[in-house]
Amino acid sequence: MPDQDPVRVAVDAAYRDEWGQVVATLIGITGDWDLAEDCAQEAFAAALTAWPRDGVPRRPGAWLTTAARNRATDRLRREATGAAKLRQLAVLARDPEEPPLEEIPDERLRLIFTCCHPALPFPARVALTLRTLTGLSTAEIAQAFLTVEPTMAKRLVRAKRKIKEAGIPYRVPPAELLPERLNGVLAVLYLIFNEGYDEDDDRRALAAEATRLARFLVRLMPYDAEPRGLLALMLLHEARRGGRTQDGVLVPLEEQDRSRWDRELIDEGVEVLEGALAMRRPGPYQVQAAIAACHATAPNMESTDWVDIAVLYAELARLAPSPVVDLNRAVAVAMADGIAAGLALVDELASSGRLDGYHLLPATRADLLRRDGRVEEARAAYQEALVLVPTEAERLYLSARLREL
Amino acid sequence: MKYALLICDDESRSPSNEVLAADPEHDAFLEELGRRSEVLGKARLRPVADSTTVKVRAGETLVSDGPFAETKDVVGGVIIIECAHLDDAIAIAESHPYARWGGVEIRPVWE
Repeated sequence: MPDQDPVRVAVDAAYRDEWGQVVATLIGITGDWDLAEDCAQEAFAAALTAWPRDGVPRRPGAWLTTAARNRATDRLRREATGAAKLRQLAVLARDPEEPPLEEIPDERLRLIFTCCHPALPFPARVALTLRTLTGLSTAEIAQAFLTVEPTMAKRLVRAKRKIKEAGIPYRVPPAELLPERLNGVLAVLYLIFNEGYDEDDDRRALAAEATRLARFLVRLMPYDAEPRGLLALMLLHEARRGGRTQDGVLVPLEEQDRSRWDRELIDEGVEVLEGALAMRRPGPYQVQAAIAACHATAPNMESTDWVDIAVLYAELARLAPSPVVDLNRAVAVAMADGIAAGLALVDELASSGRLDGYHLLPATRADLLRRDGRVEEARAAYQEALVLVPTEAERLYLSARLREL
Repeated sequence: MKYALLICDDESRSPSNEVLAADPEHDAFLEELGRRSEVLGKARLRPVADSTTVKVRAGETLVSDGPFAETKDVVGGVIIIECAHLDDAIAIAESHPYARWGGVEIRPVWE
């Protein structure tokens, strides 16, 4: 049952909206990631007792930041090494009852670029982004990534230690590094989203967090097109989640009930994408979102603009070459120019060996052969795909297709 | 922050000091080095063929020919720098000519 107590609701909302900002500000002031997290945690605990008594502050974020800062001051006062940090804190110290009127600068951009620094191992970037920016607990992150809490805790401790000991700067990279580093941030957010593109509730929370992070990145980097492209891509995927599976079985695009797609999310996704494209700075996320938009706005499989989609996949292969993109292009070509043309591309990919062990290679081949009426070859390809298939939903789908032959 | 930049490659090129000194890319590297850091010390190392490794095991000294570990890439030079943060060290490392065929390992100095 959801908790209806209005103060509790306000604290929960503040946790969702302000956690990252409080942690980011405290790291900026103290340079100490653990201290920042601990003090943010304590500030939220304090809100749970203070807000019912004094009322919810007009600006919860400012109240929480001040409370966290005061706790940091108390802690550093007890440590001899805290003297220099204390001086910095003193400059910013204010009464929690009187939040500063000027806007607190959004430090989360510095935080996210630091979390996604290329000197950190990729899984650590993902974990650190979730822990410090969204406030998911270590246990929740561990559960979402199907690992145990001590493993995840160790990953976070090591990452924070490396930031400190290797001197990874806490900053938004300068212009010459920005495009490359921004790509790193977008890759982390998209991975988090994809991990959450699942029917399991624990993991679905990841998709929501990734979308929220993409939204805030768009707000903080309004002049960059690719964050918008990524947000549009997420919205357009999320919009179609409803039709993707039926009773735990994957439903192929052509059989999906398009009335179950979320029209509002599709409209928003298309709008965000148009905003990105208007900047005339193309990038792989915008192209992927454009492909998703072609599917999301088509009334059915037949009226889908496959020629456009094939062209977009060719563009994507140019911007971000990958054999998986080539495989998707092959499907679009099969739909646009005929099965034979698509199969030729799939066979070319298969003989290159670049997708060995990837279940969607034989699964795609099987599907095209089935459409072409080549039953025996299709059967062999489905069987090959079933050996490699990683998820239950896809296994059930492929087995059903095999039985139908 | 203090870092040791370990300049590594597989020694297949081994340009002489004179060749390096005449290389405009090496010049550009030195400029970047001076611009972004204070150099605390640097040494170009002779090839591993000239190296000697000493180990003491159970009180016994073992002297052997060659490097500590047999790997494809070996350390060919060390530069100790002091600079603001890792991104500056990365910028210096990427401008070193050896980064193009070997690699530069950045190790924070334990202080």
